[in-house]
Amino acid sequence: MSTQTDPGRVLTYVDALREAQAQEMARDDNVFVFGLDVDDHRAIQGSTRGLLEAFGPDRVFTTPLSEDAMTGVAIGAAMAGMRPIHVHIRMDFLMLCMNQLVNMAAKSHYMYGGQVSVPMVVRCMIGKSWGQGAQHSQGLYSMLMHVPGLKVVAPSNAYDVKGCLATAVRDNNPVIFVEHRLLYSTEACVPEESYTVPFGQARTVRQGDAVTIVGVSNMLVECLRAAELLVEAGIEAEVIDPVSLVPLDIETITASAGRTGRLLVVDNAWTNCGASAEIVAGVVERASRPVMARRMGYAPVTCPTTPVLEEAFYPNPVTIAMKANEMVRPDMAAWQPDPEHARLAHQTQFRGPF
Amino acid sequence: MAIFSNTASNIANRLYRGVRLIRRVEEELARIYPSDRIKSPVHLSIGQESVAVGVCDALLPEDFVSATYRSHAAYIARGGNLRAMFAELFGKAAGNAGGKAGSMHLIDMAHHVLGASAVVGTTIPVALGYALAIRRRGEARVVVAFFGDGATEEGVFHECLNFAALKRLPVLFVCENNQFAIHQPLEKRWATDRLCERVETYGIPAARIADGNTDTIRAKTQEVIGRMRTGAGPAFMECLTYRWREHVGPGEDYDAGYRDRVALEAWQARDEMVRLGEQLNEAVRARVDAEIETRIADAVDFAESSPFPASEELYTNVYAD
Repeated sequence: MSTQTDPGRVLTYVDALREAQAQEMARDDNVFVFGLDVDDHRAIQGSTRGLLEAFGPDRVFTTPLSEDAMTGVAIGAAMAGMRPIHVHIRMDFLMLCMNQLVNMAAKSHYMYGGQVSVPMVVRCMIGKSWGQGAQHSQGLYSMLMHVPGLKVVAPSNAYDVKGCLATAVRDNNPVIFVEHRLLYSTEACVPEESYTVPFGQARTVRQGDAVTIVGVSNMLVECLRAAELLVEAGIEAEVIDPVSLVPLDIETITASAGRTGRLLVVDNAWTNCGASAEIVAGVVERASRPVMARRMGYAPVTCPTTPVLEEAFYPNPVTIAMKANEMVRPDMAAWQPDPEHARLAHQTQFRGPF
Repeated sequence: MAIFSNTASNIANRLYRGVRLIRRVEEELARIYPSDRIKSPVHLSIGQESVAVGVCDALLPEDFVSATYRSHAAYIARGGNLRAMFAELFGKAAGNAGGKAGSMHLIDMAHHVLGASAVVGTTIPVALGYALAIRRRGEARVVVAFFGDGATEEGVFHECLNFAALKRLPVLFVCENNQFAIHQPLEKRWATDRLCERVETYGIPAARIADGNTDTIRAKTQEVIGRMRTGAGPAFMECLTYRWREHVGPGEDYDAGYRDRVALEAWQARDEMVRLGEQLNEAVRARVDAEIETRIADAVDFAESSPFPASEELYTNVYAD
């Protein structure tokens, strides 16, 4: 551990995540990490690598393929004063935990009159690319946003993932911690010492006056790339990362949309009944003047594997930039960013292994 | 006020006191229910008292129990606060959860009652989580997970058996087999009734107690929990019993056609409340009965005279601070 902070230290998302867990485990003996493969040589894409060696098998252990029961175990351990981090290598598997998450974790503090609290973290990863397909790529967080008692956070960068994980572990409520596989290799300046990033505080990542673009999870990255493309069309977009979806900092988004008059929400999920619907509704309910609002997200289909169709399934910097331009200049002819520029702005495709 | 206070000098006295209190509490609930003052669905344990009482009498004060929506018996047998329970059922602020929980989510952490759930099987893994925490802390206490025969059909039950055995968790699984899941008898739900055999394949010792005898249940619990405290891992008990009343509500439902009175009468003929009562001196029993009536009357009065929660309470305890 360093005694000096190097503000320029660059760390990947996955390493920031691992560092946060290690620091929280060192700070609090009640923190433990469990889930299928957390102590495997692959260690959840490396996000739990080294924890077993550092903290031992009582605090870092794999589980049977029993997501439902293991969620209940995390809940019980949390009620008993521990702070479990339950890890899933894909968010899709949370469907096996929904009974415990919705009927027990979310409700226990309330339905037991405050006699217990459930300080647990559920880490889960969204996949994309390399043909991950129907059951390895879903952003299902809106299902959990629906239920009072759960917190839902989806950090988009290495700095936030470290700070949010610390916040999540120290929070006295169940926190659904949504990670995106494509973010794992992205880098940011990350302080070495432990710090927290508060929930309920959106981050304005880029300032602009023409349109407010909100990007959730990995879509924040795509929105930033779209904002770069929009510069060539003379449009300065404000880009906001909600960071946490529950609690949601709707005030910051509303204030920005009020200034720009335009709100484009780009979700890493389907738009129907999703986070984007919630954000748009929240802004419309609060805005003191009319705001033009649009949503983008997954195509309303099951995610296909073939690259041609998978490409069309997701919003990308080009489609986001085109949509924003259309909002800013509704009467002008459609604009397309320079293809070469767009190619450079487009994310590097993940090629596996998954 | 625990029901198994030191004034109860012998086991027979304690067991009778437990069964009698649960029976009378629930009869009182059934009596009050039509008045609509109880603001909660109730699942009565009348006829099933001996399981909770036999098991809980073998526990130490620091042990935990978790239960299902038919939880009054375990709650009371564990010494859960009777005033708070009645207040909760009346929807009053002084209830266990300020009136937010009702009958199906009784909790009393002061008496180590871990809570109860309306969704079948959901409390079993939560009980395991407590057991995991106990083991991490090196404590000798144990957790009892009460559930019905229906819960053994849920996948999570099997996931829990496997995990508890794998981790040698100090959990006593107690199946209160009243032979009905809502209105469906075992014959329509189980290919075989060899539940204990199924459990044993996970590496968990299992015992079946068929006659509902409180002393047998107590003795068996003592035996397996004694081993559990020395690190033997989980154990399982299937206790046959019978629900005298309807699935939910205060009445009987023998006219509904899904079961008949013959089975009921067989169980009533060996009513544990009667059998245990007969072991007591008549004067002692009368004193116990009177004490129980006083306690119940006090709890009902308390609940009736307590205020409802303020409307702002709707928004408290959604999130923990």
